[in-house]
Amino acid sequence: MPEGVSLSALAALPWDAVLILLPLTGAVAAGLWPRSARPIGLLVSAGGIPILVGLGTAVAGTDGLHHAVGGWGAPLGIELRADALSLVFLATTALVGLGVALYADSYFEPTLARWFWPLWLFLLGALNALFLSADLFNLYVTLELMGLAAVALTALGGGRAALTGAMRYLLATLLGSLVYLLGVALLYHATGTLDFGLLGQRLEAGPASRTALGLMGAGLALKTALFPFHFWLPPAHASAPAPVSALLSALVVKASFYILVRLWLELFAPLAATAATGQVLGLLGMAAILWGSWQALRQPRVKLLVAYSTVAQIGYLFLAFPLLSAAGLPDAAAWRAVLWLVLAHALAKAAMFLAAGNLLRFGGHDRITDLDCVAQRLPLTVAAFALAGVSIAGLPPTGGFIGKWLLLEAALLQGRWDLVTVMLLGGLLAAGYVFKVVGHFFTPAATRHEAQRVPARMEWTALGLAVLALLLGLAPGILLPWFDSAVVMPMAGARQ
Amino acid sequence: MTAAFYALAGVALVVLGLYGLSVQAHLLRKLLAVNILGSGVFLVLVSLGGQPGAAPDPVPHAMVITGIVVAVSATALGLVLMLKVAAASGRPTLDDAPKEDRCPKE
Repeated sequence: MPEGVSLSALAALPWDAVLILLPLTGAVAAGLWPRSARPIGLLVSAGGIPILVGLGTAVAGTDGLHHAVGGWGAPLGIELRADALSLVFLATTALVGLGVALYADSYFEPTLARWFWPLWLFLLGALNALFLSADLFNLYVTLELMGLAAVALTALGGGRAALTGAMRYLLATLLGSLVYLLGVALLYHATGTLDFGLLGQRLEAGPASRTALGLMGAGLALKTALFPFHFWLPPAHASAPAPVSALLSALVVKASFYILVRLWLELFAPLAATAATGQVLGLLGMAAILWGSWQALRQPRVKLLVAYSTVAQIGYLFLAFPLLSAAGLPDAAAWRAVLWLVLAHALAKAAMFLAAGNLLRFGGHDRITDLDCVAQRLPLTVAAFALAGVSIAGLPPTGGFIGKWLLLEAALLQGRWDLVTVMLLGGLLAAGYVFKVVGHFFTPAATRHEAQRVPARMEWTALGLAVLALLLGLAPGILLPWFDSAVVMPMAGARQ
Repeated sequence: MTAAFYALAGVALVVLGLYGLSVQAHLLRKLLAVNILGSGVFLVLVSLGGQPGAAPDPVPHAMVITGIVVAVSATALGLVLMLKVAAASGRPTLDDAPKEDRCPKE
């Protein structure tokens, strides 16, 4: 390394542990001292980015950093691992988290802000811990911590819709993690370990590993809201406060997806017997795209429309499972595209929910047909929604376009015309539901509404995230090598 | 043999919990069903953990203890939510979405 001393000193710090402990400590502190909750929350949310740069410097050029917490390594202790794949998800979390935190600071009244900050920091800590965990049980604990924080955040607004949405979400998320844990129990019985590295060496194809894959896959699909397990998502995401909806749609559903990717790439895909599971996940993904987009098109309210759009976009993430390389291993190009979509969708969807929150604040409602000349009165919000919508629909020159293009290319190369058709149809439908909303931005409503002022920062943060989703599409060359290594390294580890 | 018996009993509890969760409408019963499901999973974890004749494996026990802590916190959150839902809607059940969330029939 040319800069020698300073960089190696940076690399020596346990950045991964800091990334988990800082939000958790912050959450407790924000809960204990509500008056300081706001500065603590903002500081910790912003602090994630420099810490992540430190961690990225340390990880760059290695095939992953391992950190045995408290000096107790696997198989007994808890091991943290940071590699390119975790960095993709950690970076997504840090970026979206900071944007949403800035927005939430203007959004919540002091009475609610008091609860938002500790819960958000718990959620952030759980997400970071999940992306850094290297064993199956630790993943379960972080899943639960994340789920409980997310449910509490959903219920934050109060009101009947939010409370019932949160309750349904709680039951779904508990069921999902328990089914996942049952799969973990079977894997532990079959291999005697929970550590990813050791599991990769010991796991063999057989009824035990097939059942475990089925259970863990079902549990995680429920938590990721893959069709037909998406029933809990629209009510929870549409009734939560706008910043919370943004966090849930952009980050929380991606966390269980991350575990599924890890399990698939590192443990199960090399076992040839699991190819059928991949096909099933791909089919469900296709169904999710068509059903979610169709439902989004039919929704009368902006937030519900955006929530159903999440159901559809999650479908795209599952299209890489049925794509296999000539050697029968996961198709690296398809997975690179999926990771790209994770980042692009997180940025665009957060921007969309924040923009929807602005519309709701402005008019007191989010009925699409009653939007009243908002283009003239909230130009920044309208720009944010439209830009993010273009990325969600996968039109150039946005991040969503690059992701969908790469995925389309991978499917075409394998002659999977079914996937190609569904992807193109999904894009058309997405353009349809985005422009359905955008069209109503420019027209006056039949009945005039009393408009409320929307703080400038709420408009700017929504636009900022949307612009990031756009920038992602303008310079894909800078980031793609990172995404390549994020896919190739776990697979290489699995083959050893 | 005993291990297999306990594991099967655990699976039975899981199925019972699943059944309760999907059939019962009252939220308290749904939460109880989740707890039964959880107990079943824990039973499977402990009973499949040890090898016959060997000293008990501490790892599954540590996992189950952690799992119980998680289950207790989740149940507490669920109970509070249930009370809030009952207070807001008058009934401790998950109703269909309120009318405004439904699509108008055209």
